[in-house]
Parts: sequence; structure tokens; C-alpha cells
Amino acid sequence: MGVIGRPRRRTDGRAKVTGQTKFADDIMLPRTVHCRLLRSPHPHAKIISIDTSRAAAHPGVLLVLTGKEFPIPYGVLPVSHDEHALCNDKVRHVGDPVAAVIARTETIAGDAIKLIDVVYEPLKTIATPEESLATAEPRIHEYGDDGNIHKAVAMQFGDVDAAIAGADHVFDDIFFFEGNTHLPLEQHATVALKDPEGKLLVYSSTQTPHYLHRALAKTLSIPAAHIRVIATPNGGGFGGKSDPFNHEIVVAKAALMLDRPVKIALNREEVFYCHRGRHPVQMRFRAGVNNDGTFTGLDLQTLLDGGAYGSYGVASTFYTGALQTVTYEIPTYRFRGCRVFTNKPACGPKRGHGTPQARFGQEVQIDKIAEKLNLDPADMRLKIVAPPNSLTANFMKIGTIGLAECVRKVVERSDWKNKHRKLPYGHGVGIACSSYLSGAGLPINWNDLPHSGVQLKLDRSGGVTAFCGATEIGQGSDDVLVACVAEVLGLETYDIRAVTGDTDLTPVDLGSYSSRVTLMMGNAAIQAAERARELLAEGVSAKLNIPKDRLVFADKRVFDSQDPNNGCTFQEAIVFAEAKFGTLGTTGSYTPPRPPAKYKGGGVGPTPTYSYTAAIVEVEVDPETGWLTVPKVWIGHDIGRALNPTLVRGQVEGSVYMGLGEALMEESAFRRLPARLSNALVHKFPSILEYKSPTSLDMPEIFTDLIEHPDPAGPFGAKEVGQGPLLPIMPAICNAVYDAVSVRVDEIPCTPEKILKALQDKAAGKPARHGPKSFPDIKWPETLHVTPPWEGGDGRASNEPERKKRTAEAGIEVKAGITIARDNA
Amino acid sequence: MMRLPAFTYRAPRTVGDAVLWLAESPTDTMLVAGGTDLLPNMKRRQQTPKTVIGLKGIAELTGIRASGHLSIGAGTTLTALVNSADVRSRCLGLWQSAAQIATPHLRNMGTLGGNLCLDTRCTYYDQTEEWREAIGYCMKKDGTTCWVATSSKRCLAVSSTDTAPMLLALGATVTLVSAKGTREVAVADLYNNDGMQYLTRRADELLTSIDIPDQTGWASTYWKLRRRGSFDFPVGAAAIALKRDAGGRVELARVVLGAVASQPMPSPKAEAILVGQVLSDDVIAAAAEAAYDVAKPMDNTDFELVWRKKMVRTLVTNALRELRGDDMRAVRMSLAKQVL
Ligand SMILES: Cc1cc2nc3c(=O)[nH]c(=O)nc-3n(C[C@H](O)[C@H](O)[C@H](O)COP(=O)(O)OP(=O)(O)OC[C@H]3O[C@@H](n4cnc5c(N)ncnc54)[C@H](O)[C@@H]3O)c2cc1C
Ligand code: SF4
Repeated sequence: MGVIGRPRRRTDGRAKVTGQTKFADDIMLPRTVHCRLLRSPHPHAKIISIDTSRAAAHPGVLLVLTGKEFPIPYGVLPVSHDEHALCNDKVRHVGDPVAAVIARTETIAGDAIKLIDVVYEPLKTIATPEESLATAEPRIHEYGDDGNIHKAVAMQFGDVDAAIAGADHVFDDIFFFEGNTHLPLEQHATVALKDPEGKLLVYSSTQTPHYLHRALAKTLSIPAAHIRVIATPNGGGFGGKSDPFNHEIVVAKAALMLDRPVKIALNREEVFYCHRGRHPVQMRFRAGVNNDGTFTGLDLQTLLDGGAYGSYGVASTFYTGALQTVTYEIPTYRFRGCRVFTNKPACGPKRGHGTPQARFGQEVQIDKIAEKLNLDPADMRLKIVAPPNSLTANFMKIGTIGLAECVRKVVERSDWKNKHRKLPYGHGVGIACSSYLSGAGLPINWNDLPHSGVQLKLDRSGGVTAFCGATEIGQGSDDVLVACVAEVLGLETYDIRAVTGDTDLTPVDLGSYSSRVTLMMGNAAIQAAERARELLAEGVSAKLNIPKDRLVFADKRVFDSQDPNNGCTFQEAIVFAEAKFGTLGTTGSYTPPRPPAKYKGGGVGPTPTYSYTAAIVEVEVDPETGWLTVPKVWIGHDIGRALNPTLVRGQVEGSVYMGLGEALMEESAFRRLPARLSNALVHKFPSILEYKSPTSLDMPEIFTDLIEHPDPAGPFGAKEVGQGPLLPIMPAICNAVYDAVSVRVDEIPCTPEKILKALQDKAAGKPARHGPKSFPDIKWPETLHVTPPWEGGDGRASNEPERKKRTAEAGIEVKAGITIARDNA
Repeated sequence: MMRLPAFTYRAPRTVGDAVLWLAESPTDTMLVAGGTDLLPNMKRRQQTPKTVIGLKGIAELTGIRASGHLSIGAGTTLTALVNSADVRSRCLGLWQSAAQIATPHLRNMGTLGGNLCLDTRCTYYDQTEEWREAIGYCMKKDGTTCWVATSSKRCLAVSSTDTAPMLLALGATVTLVSAKGTREVAVADLYNNDGMQYLTRRADELLTSIDIPDQTGWASTYWKLRRRGSFDFPVGAAAIALKRDAGGRVELARVVLGAVASQPMPSPKAEAILVGQVLSDDVIAAAAEAAYDVAKPMDNTDFELVWRKKMVRTLVTNALRELRGDDMRAVRMSLAKQVL
């Protein structure tokens, strides 16, 4: 291969290091006016009245908007359209926007929002999941499963109770994973305007222009075809820019009303209020395990603190229980998950979306099991690794699985066998594994349309342009797009221009989330490029009289494999083909295979192929203080094939970095003032200084190994790498701490204070553990019963009413490669 | 982007002009040197001077002069301080404290004078105006209650300057100039243990220079506690300077804690324990215990307060062991994440 697999400078690298990349906040258009949002100082309150007259009269103010102008709700999931661009009748967290001022300058707008008089009637503050469960009224939302429970689900695969009861050992462990946030360096920004024809044009730092497109069409009641959304390159996303946001809708509306470009650039505190970060999750794992380390069954309960809005929360809830079975063989399984509303910024998808919390619990529990059974935790994992090409108890389809090889690699490279349980007191190593999706198997908006489309334009100048709706958020998707096309056509990436993330110009790609882009866009790009190659081959074959099947595309030439001198340049090939067929263009698209899970909730978890990771972390713990440092990390990742190893390693190292932050220090902590004096519930430190995330000085040495066995589902065999390598870091650190000082911290973040407390407890003869002591009582709904595949199950629940057969939203017939049908609602 | 409130900006070229203009309306005028403390505070409306006098144009405020003693202009940047061989060789502790301030970018802008006059910090106070509105403000600015200790009569915001405890331990003095005259004040007397009135500097005074007496026979060291290897303010610190005889017996000792009160906190008890002794493990442990008693951290910084208080013992122990000559490089690296 010419391009694929070679470490290369990414296609957008030059622009980034020379400062030429235009982020949303860099867009400066003539006549731009500026927007600031007035946000709620109350965690939970009714809006009694809003008087905007003083603000409207303030010199330099052009427009003041309130919730009245935004009666139509929206939300990223069709089942949770529970947001208004500006709050309509109540506020649900400190920072919820209630009004907007558009003024000549940002300073004037900022001054004028203080002149808006809002009268609130405070409602009871609901700060914690325990309070939500105990408080049916007032409800934060008028929808949801019950009281302040947003969603509660229960499902069972086989007779898990009997299986656990029949095991040699039962393990019952409780864990807590604190919430944290994405902290992208770029703060969200949006510029909206009327284009010269009078249509709405929105530039935004979004990971999901398609979902923003839909939300704008809905909330502004304009046909989607008359709205153009351009996703500017994101200065980091990590899931924090995958919802449509209130500020985007507000400036769009304002631009239409004023017929001037309207800009908003959030400050850091406002980014904390957009949030959609990691859900705080309490977990209880009951596992039945035999003496040899094999599982008989697993019973998992999770409780998610959702914050004030739905966001992706229903999916997040399912994700806390979806992937337990895809790493290890678990013959029977029950999962019950519950998400509650609280008066805090909404949680949502952060790198690993819903899975890191339960992965943490599972991997730490396995460490405990291995110790109890006197097994090496690496060997135990090798023994129970799930088999390839299999169906799990909950009907997740595993294709290739390189997990065992990842484990063996890190064990060997780290000298695990000579370190684990052998290092001096205060030093330790820990291991953990993980898996992640290479894109969700089902779309958010249920339809039969492709998840990704790519269009190619071939120009007689020799130029090739690749169009795709995917969004460059720093992960390197533009590079993947051009690399796939270049490989098929025998070109260099420099020969191909990428046009991405523009709803007018590019075919839909669902967005840069769920680790889906490389696999889905990559496959669509290959299909489009192969179709182009076919056209070119016909042109060359006819012109040069070489049989088509002997033609080779390489080194920017098309030539006879039996006589390499006989051929033409790539540009000539285009000219021959264009002369033969007329203007050249092809399309490609990708739709994931239908997953075998048919039960309700089975739509969350399936993917064309799972990635796998194993990590070993070395720690040093000072037993006097609990001070914890991480000098080294070894990580092996089953990537299928690395399309550009430079990018893949970057993603692995970035994941380690983010995982360290979550493991050691990051937390979305909230302050509640003494209740008798104040109703306040505020984010403890919505700033990039006091919300602690590691600096480059805090980074360990990282030894990365890529395990490459091409997976048939991936483009050139590639799997995802954006999220999976994050997941093992947190449990591996806690396992290493145990190896170092023999205390368990069953909670993330694992801070020096917690380690020291556990050490002191241990010295006092109490359990050598810091972590939650109980899991709340939850009234679970009726459990869905699904028979596992090996007991003859068909993927449906036996006690679920026949599910309505759904029909596609859009009745357009799609013939891939010929017609691209948009799934705009 | 967060925007500054409106203010009048004046840019004197001389100390004389600066203090004259400052005298015009001292209570609503503030000085700005690097601005790395004042400007973010103004954006968050914690400090809202009507007039700001910029010191960057006053050449006489910068520079490091080394003779027997060391004289450092208040406008000298922290980067210049860190790059000074004189500072590093004569008072290692000061170099270590400056090298751990903030980040390289902020040290390029920030000055030593600004560092000494740095506003006290508190997680209820270092917040935007909107955030502070959501908690009903607090005593230090726009409110009446101290949320850290609701019965407290005074503000308990934390002295967060890295250099002040060290300069205090080095026996440094500062020169304060006003239109009325010039005075020299020991760094020890520059501070009050009050989160609001934390400086004894009068509002009409300009701090012009910092003088460190001859350090012959002295050795100093600075140990800082913070979560990360860069960026973070101190949430605990030990600044220690010792004068010892040829046999290693302590003749004079200064033990000062940073970031555990509203001012740098000396521990005279710890000093008394050290004087006349060689640094045995027992002596070190006793001094660390005495220093521990002085520390009064509150729940208004990073880390939990009980743990922070415990860390004072560790910091003092580490500092004294290092001064004794123990190889503390690995411990240093683990805490500071850099070679110091
Ligand atoms: C992210 C971040 C991290 C930081 N980390 C640290 C840290 O780790 N340790 C630390 O000590 N500091 C830290 N700082 C604070 C600050 O950067 C330093 O204290 C710096 O030295 C302040 O100097 P300056 O010149 O920028 O002060 P300025 O902001 O210009 O002034 C600070 C105060 O001093 C007054 N002032 C300035 N010069 C004089 C003078 N000559 N006479 C009288 N009054 C004067 C000003 O009126 C103002 O009140 C940090 C700041 C930030 C933003
Ligand atoms: S210590 Fe109290 S008064 Fe001082 S800033 Fe903090 S909350 Fe406000």
C-alpha cells in the first residue's frame, strides 16, 4: 500500500501549526453584532416575569430575546426533546439561559444583560440522585419514567440468579465514578447570518452539523434545505459539542431577525454549563465466579446522575450496561440502569460515552476476584477473553478480537510477571482491559438511510475533491478521508482536497461521535473511490487498449501490470474517462449491518466491529501522604489496521492523558451552601485553572503497541481508536494503587486524600478501602427476559409486546452510489 | 471572551509621576504590573478600580542589582528572576519559589512586586460575577457572609503568593514609596492575617524594590504543594532558611508556611526548636510538628483541608532533610514534577 499504514503528516497539520485554521471564533464578518446570554442564578425556579425594557433601551443594543421567541423544544434524541433555546417557564440549573441580548459589541451585550429584570420563584433544589429518587415533586421535567426518574431499564439474559448462586464464589462490589467534563481548549462559538440569497447560514464549532441542522429546522420552522450549517474545525470536542446547543439556535434566530451576522463565543464558565460530560455513576456488580476464574453470571445495577436535561442520557443509561459482555465470556447477565434528573448542567456523551464508569467497576472487580482466587489478573483475563465471531449473552456481535494479544503485549513489554505483587511497598502495577464501538450500529433518528456518504469530484486538471459531512474535531478525520481515496486511486493525500462538515456541499455523515467516522466514512470513501477507479479504468482501457483487469493505479499513474511502462498519468486517465462518460463524479455510502439484538434497548451497543485495549500502569504511592504519581503506562490497542500510525498513536496517547485526568483529579464537583442560608447549588470551579486536568509535566512515559489484524468490517481493516484506549486507564490505576499499598479506592477520581484515608482505616483495623458503602434502593421496572443465543434465543424479549414495526422516516429509495437521499426530518 | 469593565488607564514613566497620580484618588485607583492577577480579577469584577496605573513603562522599577545584598526592582518579571544566576546561587529558595509560579507564559508577564501584592484567594471568591451572584456573594466582595466559615467575622481567603513566604524567610525588606515619602518595611510586616486587608501597604504606596540581605552562611529551600506540576497556585508551602556553623549546628532559623492562612505564617516555635541543634531526625520531626500546629487551612482551595494540614508536616520535613543534605531529588520530582 502506498498511503495506508505509512506514518504521515496529517493533511490539516500545516494549517494548524501555522495558525491558518479558522475556528468559529476566528470568523469575523463585516457588520457582525454580538450576543450574550443572561443565565439563571437559581438551580431550580419558576420564571414569573421578564422585563427587558431597560436592556432594550441601552445604547448599542439591537435586540433582546426571551423564551417567548422559542416555543419549540429540541434535543438530540427524538425521545428527549426537552430543551428550549431560552428557558420558557422555568430554569433547571445555575447557568440555564433565560434571555439574550444582541448588541454592537460583546461588551455592550454583556453590560445590557444585567439590565434585564427577571422575577423567579425558587423551587426545591434537587442536588443528588438520592434526592431525586426521594423527591417525586417538584418534577424537574414533566416527562420521564416516574417523578424525577428520567429513565429506568431492566433486562436479563438467562437465569442469572441461579447461575450466580451456583458459582464457587459470589463477589458483590459497589463503585462510584464521579462526573467530569471534556475540557476542549476551544470554547464553543457560533456565527449565524443570512447568506446573499437570504437563507440561513450557520458556522459553528459542532461535532454534529447534521443534528444541528435538524434542530434549527425544527425550532425555527424553516425547511432544512434552506439552512446551511458549516462545522468549523473544532479545537477539541470529546463529545462536548455533539448536542445542538441553545446558543446556536439563539444566534440563528437573531441573524434572521436582524439580517446581520450574529456571533456568540462562550466563555469557559459557559462551556461548563453546556457540559454534556461524564455522568456520575454509582454501580453495584454481583458476579458469580468459579475457582478457575470463569464467570457464571453478572448482575449489574447502575444509577446515573443526569443533570437537568435529557441530552443523550437514554443512550448513556443503556451504555453503562451494554459492553460488559464483549470483553469477557459472561454466560448469563442482568443489567438494570436508572438515570435521574438533578438541578445541574446536563450530562451526556464524553469520550467512552457511558461505558468508562461500568468498565471501571468491572475491571477493578476482576482484580479483586483474581486476588481472591490466587490468579494472576492478566492470566485470568486471558482465560476468559470472549471468543471471536461470536454472539454475547445480550446479542452483541463480536467480530475480530485482539484483546488477548493486547494483554500479552503489555505483559511482556512492562515485565509484568516480575513486577506484579513483587515490587517494594509503595510501588505497584495494575492491569485493565476495555472495548469500544467503531461507530454505533443504529442511528439516533431511526431510518434506513446511510450513516455516512462520500462524494468524489474528478476534474480534468487531475484534481480530486472528496466531499463528506464528517467533522474534523482534531481527531484527523479529514486525513482519513483523503487517505482512503488516495490509496484506491494510487495518489498521495496531497493530491486530494477534502471538503467536510458542510450541509449544503457535503453528503450527510452523522457526525464525529461514537468513534464512527473512520469506519463509516472510510468505507463510504472506499466505495466512492472504487467507483471512480472503475470509470477511469474503462476510459484508459478503451484508449490504450489494455484489458481493464490488468490496470494498476499507483504512483499517480494508471498502467498495465504486465508492462508498467505502458500507461498514462492519472490526469490523462481522467481526461480519457471524462471524454468517454462526461463529467466525472461518484458517490459511496455506508450503512452498518443490522444487529442481531432485537429487544428494546438492544439498539445501544451493537457496532460493525469492536476495538480492544489492554493497559498496564505503574504507580508510586507515598504511604505517609497518599501522594500518587504515575511514571509509566504500557498500552496495547487492537486497531485492526492503523491507517495513519501517527494519528493512531496520537489518539492513544491523548486517551491516556484524558484517562489520567479522570483517574487522578478531574471532577465535576458542586457546592451546596448551608441550606438554612441559601438555596444555591453551583459548580464548584467552572474554570480551567481550578478544574484540574493534567499538564504536560504530569504525563507519564507511554509505551504504545498497535495490534494490527485487519478486520473485514473496517476500511482497509481499521477499527476505532478515539475512545477505547481511554477506558482501561482509570481501573488500571486503582488496581496499581492496590498492588502498591494494599488498599482499594473503589472510586474515581483516586486522590491522595482517599488513598491516605484508606491507609489510615487499614491501620485502624477497618476495611482497607475507600469508596461507596451502599447502592440506593431503586424501584426497577419489569425485567425484560431475553434468552441467550446458546439457549436458542432469537434476540427478542419473551415478555415484550410485539414491537411496532417501524418504517423509514423518508420514503426515498436509496440506491447507493446513485442517489444520495437526505434523512432530514 | 470575558471583557474588562471600563476604567481610565494612565501610564507614567517615572516613580514620581506614578505616586503623584496614585495620590489623586488612592482608594479607587490600582496599580498594574504584569496584570496576571489584576486583569482576570477585573474581568470577574472582583476588583473594579476606576483608574488603573500601568507600571510597565517605568524603567527604574526593573532590574536585579547584586552587591553584598540583592536588590530586585518590583517590576522585574518572574522569568528574569528565574534566569538570574545571582538569584539562583545566592538564594536558591527564592529561585525555587519563582520557578514554580504559574506557567512560563505567566512568568513572562508577572512581576515580583505583583506577586508580593497578589490578592488573596478563595474558591468562593475567584469566580465570575454571575457565579458569585448565584451564591449571594460573600464578605470579601459585594456580600456579607463568609461561606467558608459562616460565623467568621473576617475573610479567610488564602495568601497564595509563592515568593512572599520565601522572602520573609530570607529576611527581605521592601521599599514603599508614596507622594508623602519613602519607607522600608520588613516583608514580615507587609502582611495582615486578614483576607481583605491582607497588606499593610497604604493605598497610596508603590512598592518599588525588594532587598535581600547578604546570605553568606545561609541556605534556603522552598517546597510547594499543588496538584499539578505547573499552572497551580500553592495550597501549602514551606519556606525555610537556616544559618549553620561549621559543625552543622543551626545558629539562626526561619521557618515560614505559605498558603495556610491569609498571610505567610512564620513558626517561631519551629525556629526555636531548630536553633542550637544539628538536624537529626528527631529535631526535624519536632520542628515539623510545631509548624503543623501553625497551619490553619480552610475549605477554600484545592484539596481537602485535613489532608492539606497534614502535608505541612511533610513539606517542612522534606525541606529540612534537603537542607541537611539528604538526597531528596526523587521526592522533589514526585511532588514538583520538575528538577529544582
Ligand atoms: C493561571 C494562573 C496561575 C498562577 N499561579 C501562581 C502561582 O503558582 N504562584 C503565585 O504566586 N502566583 C500565581 N499566579 C498569580 C500571578 O501570576 C503572580 O502572582 C504574578 O507574580 C503577579 O504579578 P503581576 O505583575 O502580573 O501582578 P498584577 O496583576 O499586575 O498585580 C497584582 C497586584 O499587585 C498590585 N501591584 C502590582 N505591582 C505593584 C507595585 N509595584 N506596588 C504595589 N502594588 C503592586 C496590583 O495592584 C495588584 O493588586 C497565577 C496567576 C494565574 C492567572
Ligand atoms: S474566605 Fe469567606 S469572605 Fe473570604 S473570600 Fe472566601 S468566602 Fe469570601
